[in-house]
Amino acid sequence: MKHRILIIFLVAIAASFSNFSNAQDVKVKPVKSKTTPKPADKPASDLKTDVQGKPQIVPVTDLKISTWSAPAGELTFPELPYKYDQLEPVIDQLTVEIHYDRHHRAYYDNFKKAIAKSEFESMSILDIFTKIASAPVAIRNNGGGFYNHVLYWENLSAKGGGEPTGELADLIKKHFGGFNEFVEKFNDAAKSRFGSGWAWLSVDPSNGELFISSTANQDNPLMGTSERKGIPILALDVWEHAYYLKYQNKRADYISGFWKIVNWPVVEKRFKQVKINK
Amino acid sequence: MNFEFPALPYAYDALEPHIDKLTMEIHHTKHHKAYFDKFVAAIQGTESESKSLEEIFSTISKAPLAVRNNGGGLYNHSLFWQILSPNGGGLPTGKLAEAIDLKFGSFEDFKTKFNDAAANRFGSGWAWLSVKADKSLCVCSSANQDNPLMDVHDCPGKPILGLDVWEHAYYLKYQNRRPDYINAFWNLVNWEKVSDNYQEAMK
Ligand SMILES: [Fe+2]
Ligand SMILES: [Fe+2]
Repeated sequence: MKHRILIIFLVAIAASFSNFSNAQDVKVKPVKSKTTPKPADKPASDLKTDVQGKPQIVPVTDLKISTWSAPAGELTFPELPYKYDQLEPVIDQLTVEIHYDRHHRAYYDNFKKAIAKSEFESMSILDIFTKIASAPVAIRNNGGGFYNHVLYWENLSAKGGGEPTGELADLIKKHFGGFNEFVEKFNDAAKSRFGSGWAWLSVDPSNGELFISSTANQDNPLMGTSERKGIPILALDVWEHAYYLKYQNKRADYISGFWKIVNWPVVEKRFKQVKINK
Repeated sequence: MNFEFPALPYAYDALEPHIDKLTMEIHHTKHHKAYFDKFVAAIQGTESESKSLEEIFSTISKAPLAVRNNGGGLYNHSLFWQILSPNGGGLPTGKLAEAIDLKFGSFEDFKTKFNDAAANRFGSGWAWLSVKADKSLCVCSSANQDNPLMDVHDCPGKPILGLDVWEHAYYLKYQNRRPDYINAFWNLVNWEKVSDNYQEAMK
């Protein structure tokens, strides 16, 4: 019963993505990419020279929540909503390029391989997450890696930063005491995640509460295995690959830079789509 | 206080081109040093102060997380620096070579198994060659800064060879290409030291 309710909310969130193009105040210029995934062992320095035209992938701005509720076998690899260098100086061009075109793409490819010809192909990824404890670990790791990075890229923007407004701002104040207190608590979650993982701001659909959490590796708060389950509306990747080329061991500097590029309109949009089951 | 932060047994650029100087410098002076400092802080004023790391690891399931993570980080990196050498590579000899053949069939088969353990460790962690309680060899991997000496480990033993597969160990030079880093590692393995570790573990 609980599962069914959660899924309904996830579908609602998914529906919100259909308006993504309106939420972005950044001009989206698709980055050219190859039509086929590159082998993972290709040196990054080759990246600039082997562009071969338009990718067969759906731009992130065309993502619909119906996309997430679609059968996982039909999910496509979305384009970045900005160019590789547009998050400079907070996140350097090479990091974005390798992170998106190698790491993220590999998660997508391996996820599709892991679900191929299995019962998971016809399930939505959201449904898979709620039942992740009974899925093969390759689906958990790569499905999480695929989904989490889509959220991450979307909630970053070259014109980001500042503070949320409206209802979300009010709720942040109510739950955390203020925006600065919220940032501090989120930073703690991101800094203290030992090893590889993510920090999250999520909505608990059972009562509408906001909560901050962190997960290991490519897990996320939608997964049935998570300590506190909820619908993530803000994602921060704290794997070393997300920041090492520029920040090395200084994860804290990457985290403070993150706030300058948060795309709050997207976060607010996700927040509004969560239906609360009070 | 019986814990010391070990100096590198070679220069930061000595492992070039397989591991670059900047990676070694940051890895030793920042990552390893931070584990050491935090470990010392975590055990200060506790009975762990008078114990060895191995003793602490044997009951780590009851210790605070900071002791587990930073004690593991201290021990694992200290072992790692020692089993690397600018004059490394080649093949093991003597009793260790015999034990590897006995357990894995051949050195190549052992290497394949170790490479798989290192490549398939998802997220941050280590790959290990250990001597189990029954004195046989064992290849395995562990998450984050855990190691086979810890009572939480699913393949307990005494590690004699370790490979750091946290992204910080290779990202500046290899980025997402962890398998290239793993291949390069074999050019650096100090088999003399690994043999010493093996003899020690067999006592
Ligand atoms: Fe990532
Ligand atoms: Fe390390």
